[in-house]
Amino acid sequence: MLHIINKSPMANSSLESCLRVAESGGDILLIEDAVYAATSGNAFESKIREAMGRFKIYVLQPDLEARGLADRIIAGVSPVDYGGFVDLTTTNKNCQSWL
Amino acid sequence: MSEGNSIKKFMFVNRKAPYGTIYALESLEVVLITAAFDQDVSLVFLDDGVYQLKKGQQTKGIETKNFSPAYRALEGYDIEKLYVEKESLEARGLTEADLLVDVTVLSCKEMGELMNQQDVVLSF
Repeated sequence: MLHIINKSPMANSSLESCLRVAESGGDILLIEDAVYAATSGNAFESKIREAMGRFKIYVLQPDLEARGLADRIIAGVSPVDYGGFVDLTTTNKNCQSWL
Repeated sequence: MSEGNSIKKFMFVNRKAPYGTIYALESLEVVLITAAFDQDVSLVFLDDGVYQLKKGQQTKGIETKNFSPAYRALEGYDIEKLYVEKESLEARGLTEADLLVDVTVLSCKEMGELMNQQDVVLSF
């Protein structure tokens, strides 16, 4: 299952809730303001590192670049472009966009 | 849709408190529409979404329609699968006795498993 998050974890609890509820083995894609969670030095970094054991974590590269953070991606988080985003929605059986 | 009139498993995930935003009411509207198409509907209440089911809502003072009685009417539309996450209830000092309708309380793990089994997940 694919989980899509679009809010910064410092401003909104959706990523935290997703990590609590989502079944292990799924994919998590961070887009828009959620890309901050995928950057090193961020207060959420340890939780992302912990989550990498249970989920495959992706981040939308254009959103990282737009925020000047493309060089800060946490090792182990996979960057995807828009095509990769589409691939994730088709390779997963279902998808939840956390609001 | 190539599947014709097949029944799909729809899950509505409610994570917002009522009245502060329009999400809770909009979710309820879509749930009722989905029920009219004879689909397999589950409602989930997570995080502040559990406040939607709090007993004793009195909205006269904010001049807003109290839509909470509608949750009790869902049974009449054959929507009987209501799930509340245990952790969300506990974090808000609530128990099942505080809720205005019968629900199944699930752990976060059970909730994740249930979510995984759905064909369509809609977030509100």
